[in-house]
Amino acid sequence: MACMTHVLDPDALPDDGRALMAPLPPYDDVTRSDSAFRAFLHGLPGVDQVGAESRVAMLGTRSIKTTSKAWAIDTAISMVDLTTLEGADTPGKVRSLAAKARRPDPGDPACPHVAAVCVYGDLAGVAREALGDSGIHVAAVATAFPSGRASRAVKIADVQDAVANGADEIDMVIDRGAFLSGRYLDVYEEIVAVKEACGDAHLKVILETGELVTLDNVRRASWIAMLAGGDFIKTSTGKVNPAATLPVSLVMLEAVRDFRAATGRQIGFKPAGGIRTTKDAIKHLVLINETVGADWLDPDWFRFGASSLLNDLLLQRQKLRTGHYSGPDYVTVD
Amino acid sequence: MSSDRLAVRKTYKLYVNGAFPRSESGRTYEVTDAKGHFLANAARASRKDARDAVVAARAAFRKWSGTTAYNRGQVLYRVAEVMEGRHVQFCEEVAQSEGLSSSKARAAVDAAIDRWVWYAGWTDKLAAVLGGANPVAGPYFDFSMPEPTGVVAVLAPQQSSLLGLVSVLAPVLATGSTAVVVTSKERPLPAITLAEVLATSDVPGGVVNLLTGDAEELGTWLAEHADVDAIDLTGAPAGRAMEFEREAAGTVKRVLRPPATEPDWTADPGLSRMTPFLETKTVWHPIGV
Repeated sequence: MACMTHVLDPDALPDDGRALMAPLPPYDDVTRSDSAFRAFLHGLPGVDQVGAESRVAMLGTRSIKTTSKAWAIDTAISMVDLTTLEGADTPGKVRSLAAKARRPDPGDPACPHVAAVCVYGDLAGVAREALGDSGIHVAAVATAFPSGRASRAVKIADVQDAVANGADEIDMVIDRGAFLSGRYLDVYEEIVAVKEACGDAHLKVILETGELVTLDNVRRASWIAMLAGGDFIKTSTGKVNPAATLPVSLVMLEAVRDFRAATGRQIGFKPAGGIRTTKDAIKHLVLINETVGADWLDPDWFRFGASSLLNDLLLQRQKLRTGHYSGPDYVTVD
Repeated sequence: MSSDRLAVRKTYKLYVNGAFPRSESGRTYEVTDAKGHFLANAARASRKDARDAVVAARAAFRKWSGTTAYNRGQVLYRVAEVMEGRHVQFCEEVAQSEGLSSSKARAAVDAAIDRWVWYAGWTDKLAAVLGGANPVAGPYFDFSMPEPTGVVAVLAPQQSSLLGLVSVLAPVLATGSTAVVVTSKERPLPAITLAEVLATSDVPGGVVNLLTGDAEELGTWLAEHADVDAIDLTGAPAGRAMEFEREAAGTVKRVLRPPATEPDWTADPGLSRMTPFLETKTVWHPIGV
């Protein structure tokens, strides 16, 4: 038993004698012990799954047309984290993606640019250079993405490397193994440590909801990430199915809303994976507006993690602009 | 006893992507026979149905055009077999729709099935007839071959409900393109039965999409659609064909112009309806080494 990874592995944290940052009041004492943290998380209200599903189904029937649709499409484009996370990524591919991020529709200068380009940490430098002073952020996935199965020292080094390469947003994955075996404090401490390694970079915490099984777990994981200082909570890596479903988004948005109401700190939200069509994107915008309000309808507080979504948004945009249907020949092949 | 039986009133649906959805708009219209008696309700397709049909046809194109010509012929021949099994139903519907005597309707259905078989036989012969080696002044093998153009929108003839439909649809399929067909508005029933034939044969879903409704309404959307590669205006309403052609010019579509009046479909069509939907690819290959 001695060789079992333990919750409070002293080697895993920076050994500088500093105490871990405590969560914001009124939650500053919930992480004082493993059992206290578990009691807090399990004391969160349970999620009514059927209710969540019917709520998102009802919101999904909203009809968004004409000028509202045009606004929604432009807003959604400006919220896209244009992503490429393939083993076959090359500097050339990242550069072409960066070009697309700056001018998604070269035929129309009025088309907004996307919010960020999301790549693996080793390519963050290429993306940074290609994006220059465009105001587009460079997000890098780190912490042994997508599985998160590495020692904490490796994860921290991964983050520091990505930041050094020029990433100003870090997308980390939580340790789902620790979460599912009930070692919540372990998950929390890891996020705190990664946040510290991020420095000024924004931290997005990926819960990988497809592996968390229940919506109750989604709510608990959201709270862990927010208490630990994450700037964004993000649904998925995009490597696991199901990814960002609407009920999951609803639960996470409620967590974000409740957290701001209790602590005053606003946390961003990023659904990722499985959002491929304009209709899906607009359903998410409706969900945000109805759950957390218009404060979150901003690229600083809401992002879409997507690769193929942008093309569909552009096709719909062209349809609205020209009055006739466009086709995949009129957008880039990524 | 039998006179007490309640009539089964039919409301037919569209055929899109291998399934039979209702129109997105929820609209239907009444179909009558040549004398004006009610026959059935048909779905009245909207522009969004046309859009969905184009998406389905585009998705099906890669597989259908990649099928070997021989295999495509087999699949089309199988359609003719299933049509033969529905012979009686086709005869009845053609007779009602077009107001023909039963013997004339039977002749039209026979001709339609024969036409389908005829096109099925062309699939693996086209390349030999339309393609070939080109003599060039250099050390190259140079050969040309016909390739399918892509998604073809077909405005089917308004008068000839089955023979005319088969005569415009089969050449599109035989050459390897996929089709979005707007059927005859007043006489859609044989087309709906053809959809049921296609759904129960080996043609992959999405290769043929049949929209019942108004060619005048749908023609504009298909002509302007940037993801449609060609349009056959045979069934375009009088006076609108020129307008559709102008709209199609915006995306440089292949356009098959309508004849001044609906032709005699029993005549031998030759290759005239297949060549407009083919692109010629020419390959230069160095000799030697």
